[in-house]
Amino acid sequence: MTTDRPETTSRRSMVARLSATFAGAAFLAACGAEAEPAKAPAAPTAAAKAEPTKAPAAAPPTAPAPAATGAVAITGPFEGEAKTLTGAGATFPAALYSKYFNEYNKLTKVEVNYQSIGSGGGIKAISDQTADFGATDSPMTDAQLKEAKGGEILHIPMALGAVVATYNIPGLETTKLKFTGETLAAIFLGTITKWNDPKIAADNAGVKLPAEDIVSIHRSDGSGTSFVFTDYLSAVSAEWKTKVGASTTVNWPGGVGGKGNEGVAGEVKQTPFSIGYVELIYAVQNKLGVGLIKNKAGQFVEPNLAGVTGAAAAAAGKVAPDLRVSIVDQDGAATYPISSFTWILAYKQMTDAAKATALTRLLWWGTHEAQKFNGDLGYAPLPAEIVTKGEAMIKSITGAGKPAFPGK
Amino acid sequence: MADPSTLSFKVSPVSPLAPDRRYVARKFYGRFMAGLITVAALVGVSVLWIILGYVIVRGAPAINLDFFTQRPLPYGEVGGGIAPSITGTLLILAVAALIGVPVGLGCGIYLAEYGRGSVVEVIRFCSDLLAGLPSIVVGVFVWAILVRQVVGNFSGIAGAVSLAIIMVPIIVRTVEAVLLLVPYTLREAALALGVPKWRMVISVVLPSARAGIITGLVLSVARAGGETAPLLLTTLGNQFFSWNLLEPIGAIPIQLYNYAVAPYPDWHTKAWGSALVLISVIGILSTAVRVATRRQNR
Amino acid sequence: MTTRDVENEIASPASWTVQGPPIFARRGGVGADDVFKWLVYITAFAVPAVLVALFILLVIDAWPALERFGLGFVTSSNWDNVKEQFGSLPYIYGTVVTSLLALLIATPVGVGAALFVTEYAPRPLRVPVSFTIELLAAIPSIIFGLWGFFVLTPIMRSTVEPFMKSAVGPLPVIGSLFQGPSVGKDLFTGGVILSIMILPTIVSISREVLLAVPTMQREGMLALGATRWEAIREAIIPYARVGIAGAAILGLARALGETMAVTMVIGNSSRKITGSLLTPGYTMASAIANQFTEADNPLYFSAIVGVAALLLVVSAIVNVAARLMIWQISRGVAKGGTRG
Repeated sequence: MTTDRPETTSRRSMVARLSATFAGAAFLAACGAEAEPAKAPAAPTAAAKAEPTKAPAAAPPTAPAPAATGAVAITGPFEGEAKTLTGAGATFPAALYSKYFNEYNKLTKVEVNYQSIGSGGGIKAISDQTADFGATDSPMTDAQLKEAKGGEILHIPMALGAVVATYNIPGLETTKLKFTGETLAAIFLGTITKWNDPKIAADNAGVKLPAEDIVSIHRSDGSGTSFVFTDYLSAVSAEWKTKVGASTTVNWPGGVGGKGNEGVAGEVKQTPFSIGYVELIYAVQNKLGVGLIKNKAGQFVEPNLAGVTGAAAAAAGKVAPDLRVSIVDQDGAATYPISSFTWILAYKQMTDAAKATALTRLLWWGTHEAQKFNGDLGYAPLPAEIVTKGEAMIKSITGAGKPAFPGK
Repeated sequence: MADPSTLSFKVSPVSPLAPDRRYVARKFYGRFMAGLITVAALVGVSVLWIILGYVIVRGAPAINLDFFTQRPLPYGEVGGGIAPSITGTLLILAVAALIGVPVGLGCGIYLAEYGRGSVVEVIRFCSDLLAGLPSIVVGVFVWAILVRQVVGNFSGIAGAVSLAIIMVPIIVRTVEAVLLLVPYTLREAALALGVPKWRMVISVVLPSARAGIITGLVLSVARAGGETAPLLLTTLGNQFFSWNLLEPIGAIPIQLYNYAVAPYPDWHTKAWGSALVLISVIGILSTAVRVATRRQNR
Repeated sequence: MTTRDVENEIASPASWTVQGPPIFARRGGVGADDVFKWLVYITAFAVPAVLVALFILLVIDAWPALERFGLGFVTSSNWDNVKEQFGSLPYIYGTVVTSLLALLIATPVGVGAALFVTEYAPRPLRVPVSFTIELLAAIPSIIFGLWGFFVLTPIMRSTVEPFMKSAVGPLPVIGSLFQGPSVGKDLFTGGVILSIMILPTIVSISREVLLAVPTMQREGMLALGATRWEAIREAIIPYARVGIAGAAILGLARALGETMAVTMVIGNSSRKITGSLLTPGYTMASAIANQFTEADNPLYFSAIVGVAALLLVVSAIVNVAARLMIWQISRGVAKGGTRG
């Protein structure tokens, strides 16, 4: 895995490579989630990336309506559902969601307006009921759940992703640097200030590191990506835990702030000798350097879907009934340590029945049919057992007192 | 200098105009300062052209039919446009004008025609304060009232109200100024004919100040059209077409911002393209105003 | 009709009131005149009402944070959501530093350009020059931000900042302003972009103030044999000094509240205050823009509204000061309408 060097750093080829490598994982999840003969969708998606921009137009995926074992599928518009939904929140899955919602619009004509304002914004929007659903990669705290205006909030997992350390060092564009949790913490704490610091050099024998100042780039908004990253740093660095801690917004000891995953990737791309942390897809799409991270088992692991899926598997036993769980720094030789679920937040008791119907249908589609888009965009599909738990949650949502999910 | 005796000492025995060394130095210094001042003006003028140049050169490649008719595509995909933002901006601006223009006009009429004494001072002062208010603070205010309470979610109407609050003081100031320019004799003539005051204001005073009032209105719309900060807090943005004022609506400045900070080169081009569209709209409005006012001056 | 009281004066239309019930009122209960009058009154009083409501609402929302931290809210530089400590000093500092820097750059350039227009430029150039500069004011903040983000930042990082570091950095005192890595997104770049944005304000108001200087003043000086620059320095500038200061302060007022352009170039970092201009930072306005919609716990939200309230108060004070100064000079000249 670690020997896998990308000679061709073209975005498409990398994405294709990623998806090819982990199509297996996608298969497993897809098959596990529903015992449907779903081989057809998975194969075209891997191939679809070869030809640019032409999205598969949602036609092939929806065509084979699964008839098996009481399977529920969203196949088209539904009478009486709201035609617009507003969501706000995490930028971590924004690339995935913008794909989901674009396809979903073609399928059902429902317009899902998703604005990536950050996980903090998603939590705030759902608590204040200023949007129909929120999205976050930082599970809400008990105190936040208590503050919510509209009652009980459900965390419905949509995907798994990796937060990667991404850097822009002129001259080392194709080199994959290795980092330990301690060096990352020290860089973001500002105790390591130069790229050729002995601590970085120790893990990267043979790489000629420049004697330049490191510009660290972090999120300026309330961010689930920040939460995952700082959660990881807190897990591996005692100094980080006491000085900074883990949250969607921490008091960064130094560096430049960028808004959203897009913003951080943009800043890293624009700033030579910088390092930041983003969801995998943002680094891949921008051909930015992606670091290998040392996991709990002592291996330097490249961020990829297998590593993330491994983390989910390792944490699977510990998943709480409400599906709020952190999966950073898990056991396993191939486990990528900075991994996370990403959730959509919805009220259990919704007041608007039409919106509740539209939302439950969207969530169902998102946790089932839409999972096939995950691999192409660098997110891991949900493990089967999580999908099953999600199903129960979706079915428990009520609109104006009645169960909201129509079952198709 | 003021003392005449000192002055008389300074008078040169030869000729006051004869060029001595001091005179040359002074003259040189004067030239030097003139040069600096010219440079300052040059800097001021060129900054505008530099920025406009960038917007035109980098924005032009984004302009095509799709840009005006399509909605934005998912992350990283090439193509799409800003159509929902254009219609959204137009809708929000129209509603903002619907709220802001009557209020601004009324307040301006009050200041020029009805108010008296210290009340005028107070209202004028408040209007000036409102004009100097950071727009982001207006956004916070409207969020607290409309997004959190009255409407209950991010919505187009909240954006329109915040833009209206930004427009009002601009309208008030221009309307008051131009109404005070209307000759009093016109008013007297109208009143002498037995016209009630409200008819006098509507059919005599306002029409004679028409061009000036329109200037104020257009300036306020142009200013509001480029506002971004309050919209980020109130309308949120929308990548789909939306005509529902109670739901989030797209706007060019928000779309521009989203495109600009994202890491995709195609989106950067689209950000410049959006800037070009925004500037063109404002430019057309301002030019129209300039032509209109010039006509009135003649 | 005969009841109209016109003998008093015709100076102000406001004093033209109708004595006794107006003719239209007699026909149906409430006269159109009254309706119109009340409409106008309502709209007029809407303006102060909005202002008051705005202030009250911000203070109410900000109260939990203000109450909890007291004076520490403005004197502490620790803004930490994890530990629930909110001191807005870094934001105040960022606002003050960028605004002052903007003034420092824009005032000489702006006054220079205004002098060029009023004193030096050949007649055909006057209107185009001042019009072009004032057109800058019509460009939306977000476009300055876009330009700053993609064009100015790389120039600052690769050229201007290294140059300042090598040219000014070694000097005592002032050198400490230029230390640390050149990031390009920092207080320095924020100040530069602001200076461009406040230029039109300074130019247009100083131009008006300079035009208000009586011609006698400069002609007298020239007649004494002064060069044009001496006339400016000795006769015009002293006369217009207060007004120019007012122009600068009105520019300052604009700089304080600018949001989008600054947000895109300032680096958005709440780190501790350092002396160097090359530090990424936050202004009050950009902190609100970045953190407002995402303040996901009540105290954090209250603190960010507190920053908004603070910004409101500061900008109101600066605005009033500027207007007083400009008003003073325009009154001195006994010429109305120099306002804003």
